[in-house]
Amino acid sequence: MDLFILMLAIPLVSGALLTVAGERAWAPNLNVLASLGTFLAAAGLTVEIVANGPRFAFGEQFFIDSLNVFFVALTAFVGLTTSIFSGPYMANEAAHGRLTKPRLRLYKSMYQFFMFTMLAALTTNNLGLLWVMMEAATLTTVLLVSLYRTPASLEAAWKYFILCGVGIAQALFGTILLYFAAERVLGHSGTALLWTHLVEVKGQLEPAIMVLAFIFLLVGYGTKVGLAPLHNWLPDAHAEGPTPVSAVLSGLLLNVALYAILRVKVLADGAIPDNFAGNLMMGFGLFTLLLAAFFLSRQKDVKRMFAYSSIEHMGLITFAFGMGGAVANFAGLLHMTMHSLTKSAIFFAVGHATQKTGTQIMADIRGLMKINPLIGWGLMLGTLAILGMPPFGVFASEFMILTHAMKHHAWATPILLLALGVAFAAIFGKVQPMVFGETEAKRLPHAPAITPVFVHLGLVLMLGLWIPPYLTRWFHEAARMLG
Amino acid sequence: MTFSLSGFLGQLFAIVLALALAPLLTGWVNQCRAWLQNRGAPPLLQPYYMLHKLFHKDVVLAHGASSLFRAAPFVIFGCMVLACAIIPSLSTDLPFAPAADALALVGVFGLARVFIALAGMDIGTSFGTLGGRREMLVGFLAEPALLIVIFTVALIVQSTSVATIVETLAHRDFIIYPSLAFAGVAFTMVSLAENARVPVDNPATHLELTMIHEAMILEYSGRHLALIEWAASLKLYAYSCLGLALFFPWGIAERDNFLALLAAIPLLLLKLGIGGFLLALIETINAKMRIFRAPEFLGTAFLLAVLGMLVKLLLENRV
Amino acid sequence: MNAVIPLSAQLINLFASVILLLAFAMLAQRRVLKLIDLFALQGFTLFLSTLVVAVKTGQSHLYYSAALTLTLKAFLLPWILHRLVRRLHVKGEVEPLINIPTTMLIGIALVMISFNVALPISELSSSIARGTLGIALAVVMLAFLMMITRRKAVTQVVGFLSMENGLFLAATSATYGMPMVVELGIALDVLVGVIILGVFFFQIRDQFDSLDIHHMERLKDN
Repeated sequence: MDLFILMLAIPLVSGALLTVAGERAWAPNLNVLASLGTFLAAAGLTVEIVANGPRFAFGEQFFIDSLNVFFVALTAFVGLTTSIFSGPYMANEAAHGRLTKPRLRLYKSMYQFFMFTMLAALTTNNLGLLWVMMEAATLTTVLLVSLYRTPASLEAAWKYFILCGVGIAQALFGTILLYFAAERVLGHSGTALLWTHLVEVKGQLEPAIMVLAFIFLLVGYGTKVGLAPLHNWLPDAHAEGPTPVSAVLSGLLLNVALYAILRVKVLADGAIPDNFAGNLMMGFGLFTLLLAAFFLSRQKDVKRMFAYSSIEHMGLITFAFGMGGAVANFAGLLHMTMHSLTKSAIFFAVGHATQKTGTQIMADIRGLMKINPLIGWGLMLGTLAILGMPPFGVFASEFMILTHAMKHHAWATPILLLALGVAFAAIFGKVQPMVFGETEAKRLPHAPAITPVFVHLGLVLMLGLWIPPYLTRWFHEAARMLG
Repeated sequence: MTFSLSGFLGQLFAIVLALALAPLLTGWVNQCRAWLQNRGAPPLLQPYYMLHKLFHKDVVLAHGASSLFRAAPFVIFGCMVLACAIIPSLSTDLPFAPAADALALVGVFGLARVFIALAGMDIGTSFGTLGGRREMLVGFLAEPALLIVIFTVALIVQSTSVATIVETLAHRDFIIYPSLAFAGVAFTMVSLAENARVPVDNPATHLELTMIHEAMILEYSGRHLALIEWAASLKLYAYSCLGLALFFPWGIAERDNFLALLAAIPLLLLKLGIGGFLLALIETINAKMRIFRAPEFLGTAFLLAVLGMLVKLLLENRV
Repeated sequence: MNAVIPLSAQLINLFASVILLLAFAMLAQRRVLKLIDLFALQGFTLFLSTLVVAVKTGQSHLYYSAALTLTLKAFLLPWILHRLVRRLHVKGEVEPLINIPTTMLIGIALVMISFNVALPISELSSSIARGTLGIALAVVMLAFLMMITRRKAVTQVVGFLSMENGLFLAATSATYGMPMVVELGIALDVLVGVIILGVFFFQIRDQFDSLDIHHMERLKDN
C-alpha cells in the first residue's frame, strides 16, 4: 500500500475510531499505536523520497518533495513521542479529577485529527487546501486548549479562536489574491492554486498583486506562527491547555504555519524584485524576537514563559528565512528542527514537574532535582539546550544565523545578541531555582514517561555534535529549494 | 442661454404649479399618515383652509420684535420659491436655472435656515432660542451630507446644473448606479431631517423637549405664519422634486417640447403622490428619536453619502 | 461613457455595494437579533451576486457554491445563531466598546484605505466585476472592526462570519470562484467552527454567567 496514503489514513481512521470508542481501556494504547504507525509510514515515505525524488499523490493535489518530507518526518516523530508522553500524563490528570472520561476521549480523537490536519497541510500541493487544513488544525486545537473547561482555559481558547480566525481570514484573502494573480497566467482551471504549477510561472505573476498577497499571507499565517503583534493567543493557549497540547503547539503547529509562509515566499521571491518578501520577514522576525525576549522576564507561569520562548525562536527562524540564501535557509531549517525537539522535551519535563508540584507558578516550584532527578535534569538540560548552549544543536543553528547576519546584515547583529542575551538571563534565572532547592515531594499515581524527554534531548545533542551526512544533504536540498 | 417665450411660460407655470401644489402635497402626506395610523383623516385641502384663515388674521407682534422678525417670513418664502423655480419639476427648460446650480441651491436652503433661526431667536424667548440652536445643529450636519449626495450625482453626469443632471440621467441607457442607491438613501435621510419629519422632528406636535421647527415659529401669527407654513410646504415640495429629479428623472420634459410638458404634469402628480405616501409610511413605522440621536442619524446619512461617492470612484470611474 | 458596462457587471456591482452597505448597517446595529438578520440578508445578497456570476460565466461549480451560500449563510448559520441567542437569553444590546458614530468614522477610513489598496489591482482584473475586490476588502475590514469593538461573544462570531462573506465575495467576483475542493473545505471549516463556537457559548456562560467577553480579561502578562 502507498505509504503516503497510509500516513494520512492512519490518524484519520484512528481519530474517527477514538471518537466512537475513546472511553475503552485500550484507547490510550491505540493513540500511541496510531502515532507509531503514522511515524513508520512517514519514515518509510522519507526514505522513498530521499531515494526517488519528489512525487505526487491524488492526482496533483498532494506533492512531497525534500522540503516538506523533512517536516513530515519531524511532525510524525514529535507526534509519536508526545503520544507516548501523554499516556501517563493524561492518566494522572484524570486521577486528579481534572479530566473526565468523555474529555479524555475528546483529547485522543482530536489529537489524531490534529495530526491528520498537520500532515495534510504539509503535503498538500494546493494552496487552498493548505488554508483549509490550517483552519481545521485551528479548530481541533481550540477544542484541545479548552479541554479543562475552566474559565481560564475557555478564555484562552476563545482568544485563540478569534485571533487565529481573524489571522487565517487574512491568509484566505491572500490566497484569493494569489489565485487572482495565478489565474492571469495559468488560466481559469483547477491548476491555478497548485504550488508546482505556480512555481514554474512565478516570474510571470503580477508583482503588484503578489506584494499584497504576500503581505496578507504573512500576516495571516504569521498569526499562527506567533509573529508579533498578533502573538497574544499563543502564551494563553500554551499555558491553559494540557501540556502535551502545549508541546505539539510549540513543536509542530508553529512549524507548519511557518512552512506555509515559506512555500508562499518562494513564489513571492520569484515575482517581486528586491527581496521584498525577505525584508518583510526579517522585519517581522526581529520585532517578534525582541518583543518576546523582553516579555520573557515578566512571566510567572512556567508554561507561559516557555511559550514566549517559542515566540522568540519563531522570530529568530523567520528572520533567518528572511535573510535567504543557502546558509541562512539551512540554519533556519536546522533551527526549526532543534526548536521542535527541544521545546517539546521541555514541555514534557515541565508537564511532569507541574503535575508533581500541582502548580504552574514558577515561584512555587522548587527542588525538582529532589522530587525526581530525571525530570530535574531533563528540564535543566532542555533549558540549556534551548538557550543555545553548546554542545546542543540549537547552538549550531543560532551560531550559523548570527554569523550569517553579521556578514550580510550587520545592523541586525546587536539586536539579535541583545534579544538572545535578555532571553538567556530571564529563562536561566527562573529555571535554576526551580530545579535546585528544597521541596516536599509527592508521589503520582502513574509513573511519568521520561523517555521522550531524553530521546529528544539526545537527538538535539547528537545533531549539535554531528549531523549525519544524508541529513546534511537533505537539508541542503531543502534549503536550495527555498532559494 | 437663449430666452424663449415658451421657456418663460414654462418657468412661470412651474412656479405657479409649485405654489399651488405644495400645500396639497402637505395635505396628502397628512391624510396618508392619518390613514396609516387608523385615525380620521383631515380634509385633503386642510392646508389651504389654514393658509386662508391665517392670511385673514391680524398679525400680533411681540414687544421686542425687530424688523428682522418681520422680514424673515418674506425672505424664507422667497428662498423657497426660488428653489422651486430652479429645480426642474416638469421641464428642464428653465430660464432661471442658470441662476443657481445644485450647490447654490443648497446655499438657498441655507439662507432660509439662517433667517428662520435668527427670527426664532429675535424675540428672546427660551423656546425660540432652543429651536434656533437645534435647527442650526441639524443643518450643520445635514448640509455636508446633501452636498456630497450632489457631488456624487454631479460626478456621474459631469455637471452641477440640476437641469443638465436631469437631462443626462433621463435620456441615457438605463444603467444601475450602486452609488446612486447610497446617495438616494442618504438624500432621503437628509430630507427627513430638513423638513422636520418624524425620526428627527415631529411637525404635528409642540412637545417642548423635542421640537425644532415648531419652537422657532411659536411667536409668529397671521400672514407671517401663513407665509412660513406655506414656505414649509414649498420646502417639502422642493425636496421632493429634487429627489425625483436626481433619482427618478424619467418623464421630465426637454426643451421646446410642449406635448411632453403636458404629459409631465400627471406623471409628476403620480410621482409626488407615491412619494408622499412613502413619506407618511416612513413617519408611521419610525418612532421619533431623542434629539441627541439626531446627530447620529445625520452622521449616518453623511456616511452613506460618502460611501456612495467612494463606490462611485471605485466601481464606475474606469469605463 | 458608461454604456459599455454589461448588465451582469452592473448587477454584481450593485450587489457588492449592498453587501458593503449591510456591513455598515451591521456596524451601526445595536440589537443582537437584528444583527443576525442583517447577516442573513448579507448572505442572501452574496448568493444573488454569486448566482449572477454563475449565470454570466456558465461555470457549473459556481452554481454549487451559490447553493452552498444560500443554505449555509442565508439560512442555516443565522438559524443556529438565532437559536443560540434565544436559548442563552442574550440581552438585546450589542454593547460596543467604542461608541457607534466613532466606529462608523473609523469604518469610513477603512473603506477608503481598502479602496486605495485594491484600486491598482482591480485594474489588472479581467473579470466582469473587477471593482468588487476593493469592496470585498472593505467588507473584511469592517467585519474585523466589528470584532474588535464589540463586547459580546455572539457579535464577534457574527463579525467573523461577515468577514468570511467578504472573502467569499472576493473569491467569486474577482476570480470567478476558487476550485470546488477548496470552497467545500472552507464551507466545512466555517460550519464546524460555528458549531464549536455554539458549544463554547454554553460553556462560557456556565463559567462566567455572561457572554460578555469583558469578563475574560484574566489572562494577562504581568
